[in-house]
Amino acid sequence: MGELLDGIRLYGRLVAARVRAQLQYRTSFALDLAGNFFISFLDFAAILVIFSNVPQLGGWSVAEVALLYGMSNLAFALTDFAVGELDQFPQQIRDGTFDQVLIRPRGTLFQVVTGNFQLRRLGKALQALLILGYALTALPIEWTVDRLLVFALAVPAGTVIFCSVWVVAICIVFWAVDGREAANAFTYGGQFFTQFPINIYDRWLRRFLAYAVPLAFVAYFPALYVLHKSDPLGLPAWLGLLSPLVALAAAVAAGAVWGGAVRHYRSAGG
Amino acid sequence: MIAALRADLEIARRGYARYAAYPVATLAGLFTNTLFGFMRGFVLLALFEQRSEIGGYDAAATLTYTWLTQALIATVFIWGWLDLAIRIRSGDIVTDLVRPIHPLRAALANDLGRSAYHAVFRGVPVLLVGALMFDLIAPAGPLEWFAFFVSAALAVVVSFAFRFLYNIPAFWLLDFRGIAVLAMILSSLFSGFVIPIAFFPDWLAAIAHATPFPAMVQIPIDIFVGAVRGPQIAVALAVQAAWAAGLLLLCRVCFALGVRRLVVQGG
Repeated sequence: MGELLDGIRLYGRLVAARVRAQLQYRTSFALDLAGNFFISFLDFAAILVIFSNVPQLGGWSVAEVALLYGMSNLAFALTDFAVGELDQFPQQIRDGTFDQVLIRPRGTLFQVVTGNFQLRRLGKALQALLILGYALTALPIEWTVDRLLVFALAVPAGTVIFCSVWVVAICIVFWAVDGREAANAFTYGGQFFTQFPINIYDRWLRRFLAYAVPLAFVAYFPALYVLHKSDPLGLPAWLGLLSPLVALAAAVAAGAVWGGAVRHYRSAGG
Repeated sequence: MIAALRADLEIARRGYARYAAYPVATLAGLFTNTLFGFMRGFVLLALFEQRSEIGGYDAAATLTYTWLTQALIATVFIWGWLDLAIRIRSGDIVTDLVRPIHPLRAALANDLGRSAYHAVFRGVPVLLVGALMFDLIAPAGPLEWFAFFVSAALAVVVSFAFRFLYNIPAFWLLDFRGIAVLAMILSSLFSGFVIPIAFFPDWLAAIAHATPFPAMVQIPIDIFVGAVRGPQIAVALAVQAAWAAGLLLLCRVCFALGVRRLVVQGG
């Protein structure tokens, strides 16, 4: 328990140090934050352009898709904030600087993800919250205790699922250091995949990305539950309750994959 | 003149070789571009459950558009390019300045070599996967094929000039990421990379057409799927050529202004 508290305290200090560093270049930071904020709006602009041509997509209205988008992108923004540093991780393998991580008395994954925090990534979270706010006011949701619970747990669960996917995906660089771009298919691909209703995808793509990689539990199933909407795919509503359990399983699996990958690590001799 | 062209060619070869040296990276990129091709394709296909055509694009043209954009990601280099900015910040740019070839020209030759590699190894395979899995449409005849290749090459030049341009603020700003991010956002939407410009509401399409961005993605694709045809093709190519020339000129001017500000600490 003391170790956990110590870890949390260290995490806080590392975050604070990075934040102070990033606030040194204020103009650039402001532009960066604004950039992250607007890039997400252009992202959503694409969805609005789609809905300027059709009233609904795969049986989902614009407000319903906005709900999916808000939930998925809020989880994604938090993921990017928490483990976004994994993007830079392949460089550590290439340079051999991962050796230093291995000899320090902290978890390897902890050290890697705390390498750098980008405060500007929060611009994205802000935008996701705004879209979510729009969806919740536009949709006539009858809030009950269970729906509120599913909704409240969906974003943390989605964040854990995304984080797990990021960790597993980046492990490819332990085997093929140049293969990092393949991880994007699951990280940024996962972000793209989850902001649309999964019933518009072909069956094999759904089996792969929605169930095998459990991306349907980030936004789709919880959103169906909250909206009290029957699944166009005919799957039962209680799947929306499972997101936290799926997140837990994903985290355990990701931890195991990371551990196995680290054991496979051979230094480049940095 | 001949010597300069030979130097260009040699630099282009190096640009090609730099990327050819990492086949695993190419495979990984192919995997990602292909998976995104499927995802984006199904999203856009869902529109055609309710519509038979949108702005001249039917389902087949839209799918072709999707796979072409995926094939052009690496070729045109839609995502970030900060090579120049990094060289400016580190001071390495001085070695470029003492060389007998202008850094803009050298970087353009390098980028054309790079795009040749990406066209063959990141573009063609993605398009082949799309063509095997879906009924894509092909250009109407040899003339259209030829126009498409010319247009794609011009798209690379426009994209290069734009990327070079958003790297130049590094002469003034120590941390240049912000501007680069804004530039990437604008180009990905207004180039028609995310959604075809034909799907835009009129006012948004008008904004897009006032920018150089459609010349990077939308124009070659419009030629490929036949949304632009006949004499319009010549007009479209002229528009691209004008943007390429204008942006390169702007790069040249801004670069010269930046160099005047450049201070490199000893070494």
